[in-house]
Amino acid sequence: MTDTSSPSSLTSKLRPLDLGGAVVGLRFLGTTPAFVLGEGEIVLVEEDEVRVRAHHGAVLSVAGDDKRILTGGDDGRVVATRADGSAQALYEQKGRWIDQVAAGSEGAFAFSAGKTAHFQPAKGERKSHDFPSTVGGLAFAPKGTRLAVAHYGGVSLWFPNAQAKPELLEWKGSHRGVMWSPDMRFVVTTMQEAALHGWRLSDGGHMRMTGYPSRVTSMAFTTGGKFLATSGSSEAILWPFASKEGPMGKQPSMLAPRDVRVSAVAAHPRDEVIACGYEDGLVLMVRISDGAEILLRGPDGTTVSALAWRGDGGALAIGTESGAAGLTVF
Amino acid sequence: MPDVASPKIPVTVLTGYLGAGKTTLLNRILSEPHGKKYAVVVNEFGEIGIDNDLVVGADEEVFEMNNGCICCTVRGDLIRIIDGLLRRKNDFDGIIIETTGLADPAPVAQTFFVDETVGAKTSLDAVVTVADAKWLKDRLKDAPEAKSQIAFADVILLNKTDLVTETELKDVEMRIRAINPFARIHRTQRSEIAIDKVLGQGAFDLDRIQAIDPDFLEGGHRHFHDEDMRSYSFSSDKPLDPDRFFPWIQDLTQTQGPNILRSKGILAFKDDPERFVFQGVHMILDGDHQRPWRADEPKLSRLVFIGRQLDAAALEKGFLSCVA
Repeated sequence: MTDTSSPSSLTSKLRPLDLGGAVVGLRFLGTTPAFVLGEGEIVLVEEDEVRVRAHHGAVLSVAGDDKRILTGGDDGRVVATRADGSAQALYEQKGRWIDQVAAGSEGAFAFSAGKTAHFQPAKGERKSHDFPSTVGGLAFAPKGTRLAVAHYGGVSLWFPNAQAKPELLEWKGSHRGVMWSPDMRFVVTTMQEAALHGWRLSDGGHMRMTGYPSRVTSMAFTTGGKFLATSGSSEAILWPFASKEGPMGKQPSMLAPRDVRVSAVAAHPRDEVIACGYEDGLVLMVRISDGAEILLRGPDGTTVSALAWRGDGGALAIGTESGAAGLTVF
Repeated sequence: MPDVASPKIPVTVLTGYLGAGKTTLLNRILSEPHGKKYAVVVNEFGEIGIDNDLVVGADEEVFEMNNGCICCTVRGDLIRIIDGLLRRKNDFDGIIIETTGLADPAPVAQTFFVDETVGAKTSLDAVVTVADAKWLKDRLKDAPEAKSQIAFADVILLNKTDLVTETELKDVEMRIRAINPFARIHRTQRSEIAIDKVLGQGAFDLDRIQAIDPDFLEGGHRHFHDEDMRSYSFSSDKPLDPDRFFPWIQDLTQTQGPNILRSKGILAFKDDPERFVFQGVHMILDGDHQRPWRADEPKLSRLVFIGRQLDAAALEKGFLSCVA
């Protein structure tokens, strides 16, 4: 461990940004960080800031890949924004909220409004399915065309191109965020309660991950899917997913403990390192093997709401609820 | 600029049985020249138009929290809608939720205490129930939802008073009082009421629990025995022992929670110069020290439950066993 009285610091590398609104999502489009503001704008940051009005209202969900950022809004639109500043409405349904969006491969995407999820392939007809209750989360499997759809009472695995009924993974309660492990062996949800729930797809085995003092709102698999890093506690909680059976019966690793809760996590794309943001605005970079910490941003009293690594791991973008954001290029 | 200490957004819940005049009240609130903007959450699209910029349709999806508490139901759709609305919070000053005529208000109210984000950024201001003066008595007999809506209310508009006689009005008011001794009752026609009697009530604000009307406490047995939903009130002029009271109330709400819709209390603890106030919705209790007892006010502990099928004798015995 490093000496905590004088932690290593890279705060001098932080380029502070004042975006003027709460950041609700964040992705790199190639080398350009795209900050999604709750009130409908996307700010692309290079030398200058380019502001794109993607929605006439609030942004409710954010997804994407390295070429486009997809947003769903309360204006009933799904919008794809690219690094060149172009914004294209992919779908519009007046009077509905687009609660969830997900980005698939080769330009395919999915979204939901209320109980209905829609899948739009890159070419061809849109497919829709009504789930038993409002869709709380939507995620494409890392390969192939399969969607995990979170709702009350569990997760449905939906193959939009097949006729078969979606396969239901049951667990009582309200499931909100949903994520596949990179090897597609596990599906994990964040719940309304302060807990995660997971399923082992090979045998439907349940994984209850509890003990959080507050609801988990941010989670990320570390490189190779070895750990699932999560927010929700006053340290980053990392569940071990490397073995076949998943984290059951094992203790999670706890990194970067403070007296403030972790509000956002992001996993480095190549190394066993996570970025960890707290409710007071502080951001640390933490090495998983030994817990070594490097300070990237000091506290300013505003909650870190989003973190994203550049695809090569050479930069980290930081968003907060107040709009005070930042970019660290290593 | 970052707005660090933004105050919580007030939320008003409008309930009432079908046809009582909820939507008329809603449109009145929205059309008053108050200069404020409201986000409106409705369930019954299309019945009567709602003239407002920000109207959101809700699905009334109720689910049980996975916390072992069977009455701890919340409205999942409201959590989602309020999360969404909070992203454009500069566009409105308050939220008004209109429930369907058949809705149980409890999951709506509990949502504001159970969900962390919703609870941190918004505050439940009051449950306002519109009741039809002519038909309420019948509905109290045949519609359990109507009873829950009266039991839950902080403000009751006894509407359509032009359709009944003064005697009938007094009778229906008595029936309301038997169920709910806290609510402020306003007689109205066509839901006409000053907006400050409906909004900005702070009914769930512990600081604003002033008094529990002693009139109803003294007449603790003044109830209709045929009502299965009613209020139960107890008082003691002897100080209570907190080490006895808290275990008792916690056990009571854990075991009887489904039958206790609301509770409220002002308590005097032994060797404690401050009033302790609390209020609850089913099993969820919220309490705190409020202010020092004034020299001119009697240190009386008072407690009221609104519920159904509660054992009044056992409640009283339990409460009196908390005396220090």
